[in-house]
This record gives sequence, C-alpha cells and structure tokens, in this order.
Amino acid sequence: MIEVRELTKRYGPVLAVDGLSFRLRPGAVTGFLGPNGSGKSTTMRMILGLDYPDGGTARLGGRCYRDLAWPLREVGALLEAKAFHPGRSARAHLAALAASNKIPRARVDEVLDIVGLSAVATRRAGKFSLGMAQRLGIAAALLGDPGVLLFDEPVNGLDPEGIRWIRTLMKSLARQGRTVFVSSHLITEMALTAERLIVIGGGRMLADTTVAELSSRSASLEDAFLDLTSGTAECRATGRTS
Amino acid sequence: MTATTAPHPGAHQATAGRYLFRHVATMEWIKLRTMRSTWWTLGITAAGAIAMAVVVGFNTTTAAEDLTNNVLAGVVPGLVLTGVLGVMVMTGEYTSGLIRATLAAVPNRPLVLAAKAAVFGGVTLIVGEAAAFTAFFAGAAALRHGLVAPTFGQPGVLRAVVLSGAAFSLTGLLGLGLGAIIRHTAAAIGVLVGGVWILAQIVGAVAPSLAVYMPVIIIANSLSTTKPETCASNPGGACIHFLSPWAGLGMLCLYAAVALAIGGWLVARRDA
Repeated sequence: MIEVRELTKRYGPVLAVDGLSFRLRPGAVTGFLGPNGSGKSTTMRMILGLDYPDGGTARLGGRCYRDLAWPLREVGALLEAKAFHPGRSARAHLAALAASNKIPRARVDEVLDIVGLSAVATRRAGKFSLGMAQRLGIAAALLGDPGVLLFDEPVNGLDPEGIRWIRTLMKSLARQGRTVFVSSHLITEMALTAERLIVIGGGRMLADTTVAELSSRSASLEDAFLDLTSGTAECRATGRTS
Repeated sequence: MTATTAPHPGAHQATAGRYLFRHVATMEWIKLRTMRSTWWTLGITAAGAIAMAVVVGFNTTTAAEDLTNNVLAGVVPGLVLTGVLGVMVMTGEYTSGLIRATLAAVPNRPLVLAAKAAVFGGVTLIVGEAAAFTAFFAGAAALRHGLVAPTFGQPGVLRAVVLSGAAFSLTGLLGLGLGAIIRHTAAAIGVLVGGVWILAQIVGAVAPSLAVYMPVIIIANSLSTTKPETCASNPGGACIHFLSPWAGLGMLCLYAAVALAIGGWLVARRDA
C-alpha cells in the first residue's frame, strides 16, 4: 500500500506539491488526474525517492522507498518516455536493471515479449519511436513483477492500438491484485481505465472520488473535471478570476 | 503481446537479503560493456599510445634521454579520451534520463557511484596497463641507431610502465567524478580539459613550482619516467623539483578521490 501524507515540494517560489495526502490500495487502477504542471510527476518522483520532499512523507507498506530491499521487485515505474541511454539496446538496458535487483535474466525476454519488443530487442533504443520507447519503459516497470506500479502519462505518443493495449494491461495488472497508479491529464482516458480518481490542481488535492461520482456532478465528465480544476491551471485561456 | 505477468504479486518479495554492491556493480558492468563508444574510445586510446611509442622510439637518436619515458610519450595525449569517457559514463545517465531508472532500481546513490567507479576504474586499469606494456615493448622494438632497449631489470623501468598504465584509470575516475558533480557533458568535459590540460600550461608559466602538482605534469614527469628530474639532477638548468613517482601517484589518487567524494555527496543530496 502507498501512503502519501502532507507531501510538499517547493521549487524556488513555486509550491509544486502542497500538502498532498492520499492512500492507494491494491487491486484497483487509481487515476491521478490534473492539468499540466499540477504536480503529478513531482509527486510520483517523490514516492520513488528521486526528488526529496520539503515536507511530509511517502511510504510504501510503511517504509520509505530507499529502505526497500529489492526496489524493482516491489515497485515498477514508468516515469518518462526515455529513461534509457539511446546507445544501448532494449535488451541490454533491461539486463542491466535486472542485474541490480537480482532478477533472473530470463525475465528480460519475458517482459520484452509482454510489451511486444522482442523483434527489436537488439536494436539501439535511441532509434525507437515514442510508442516503442513507452513500451520499453513499461517493460522496465514490469521487470521485477512488482506489486505496485506507477505510470506517468503512459499513453503519451501512443497510437490508438497502443492506448488500448496499455489500458487493458493496467486493468489486468490491477485484477491480479496489484496497486496501479496512473497519471494523466486526459479525463476521457482516465474514465475508461480507472475506478478511483485523485484529482489535483496547483499541487493541492481537489477531489478523491470515483469516475461515477465525478461524472454525476456535471453534464459530462469533462465538464466536471474542468469545473474542478478551473482556477488552478497556471495559464488559462480566458481572463483570470481572482 | 501475450498475457501479462505471473498472477501472484508479492510472492517475489520472499527473496531473502537485499541489493548489495555486487549486484549494482554487475549492472554497471553491463551498462559499460553494452555501449559501443566504450570500446571505440578505449581502443583508440590504446592504439594511439602504441603508435606514438613506435614513432618516438623510431626517432630517438641518443641514449642520453630516458628511453622509457620516450616510448611512453603516447600516454598523456591518450588520457584525454579516457577522461572524457569517464565524464560521459556519468553525464550520459543524466542527459538520457537513465539516471532516474538507475536510482529507482538502486536508491542508495553513493553505492551507485561507488559501483560505477569500481567497474570503470577496473576496466580502464586493465586496458591502461595493456596499452602501457604494449607501447613499451613496441616503442623499444622500434629503437634504431644502435640504441639498446630498456629492460624491466633496470631501476624504475617496470615502475614507470605500471604507473603509466594506472594513469589512464585515475584520469578516467577524475572524469567520472567531475561528471557526477557537473552532470552536463559539455561543461564537465570543459572543466576536465581546462582544469587538467590548460590549467597545467598556465600554472607552468606563472608558478612553475606549483606546476609539479598538476595531473598532466605528474603523469609526464613523475609517473612515466624512470627517474623524475630534481634540482640536483639538472645543475645549471631551471630548478624544478618534480614529485617522486609514488608521491605523484598519491596526488593523482587524491584528485580522483576528492572529485568522486564531492560527486557522491552531490548525487545523494540533489533531486535526480
């Protein structure tokens, strides 16, 4: 279980994440929704111990990320499209990560097969399209067969077939009893994937709700989301309301 | 795109123990050996040192010179490449975003840098020694004018060859440490080349007595010679007292260690 409590991150004068608290339970896909720049990626990086919070805590099963014995076997993450070196092959990239957590080498070919990259496994990953890069990132997340999975904007750059594939994958991972946490700024995509929604804006919690509850608030889910997040986005199309 | 994963999340957590240095070192070894640029750079470094040894050996005309130092003349230029490779082993992770995958897999950041340094230092030591010994034999074989090639039985010869090989590794580690501190490839290479090569020229011109502490001067005049010059050995000339080979080696180790220690501290402290 992931527990985030009063998590706060400041970049200079900007409060990127502002006292965020929530819990994630296994067996469901939780959507992490918010406009661009609302603090979703920063929150995920803090859960993974990559960015240090200025306040609050993020714990996994009661422990800090840095105290995990075999991090990749407990948490898998897709953080950005290209968290690999362009000069290395997909297989070499995964083999290196696997070695660090004593994951059997056979698992590398297994995850390459799951994400459909077996045929290009020995090619330089720098030549991959954005969609292939996303698949490699997902392969890395699945490598340790972890109980917790974090995906930051996983559908970016994917074609419709790829989007459907990710959606199906995330749902099946949750059905297997895993905790799946997916960020997106696309409410329509989240509506198809997640049961529960954590909506943030300007680093603050706006709603901890379900897709059904949120869509009952307005004429459409999109309207409900925009109503909720209006006034929090950094740049708005129309004039400001103070 | 077959079925996803094993239907028992959590079962894997039963694996005893936790990640250790050797697991992280294995990761770093796979990373290093699967980059083609690693082998290109090291190959060119070694080939350059050997080729230069042959050319210098061929053109040496008098035995009054330190023949060992002459045939090791290719070491210093080759160090640039090893140093740059060290920089890129680290900055490549930052520019590509790989660093976040690495640190998510191994949150103990000083351990990551230590493993990187051990693997990169080990590989460059082996390649550096192979290059130094090959250069020594090739350069000695190229001697003409009836010059007798130096042998390992003579004082200081074996030491000069061994320490020249070690210089590759220590320069590479200095680059690795600078890469960890600076994170940006171009800036880190600038500091490495400026600090190690250009600064040595300036210090040499302004304050010759301090120049003997500069890495390049140490390698050229203390490590790769059978007998570093002192005031006494050069009467009448300018009085420059070069460091002894072992003091020079210690100084180079200190540079690399300080760069790596600061780099490790910063990598652990900063957001990734």
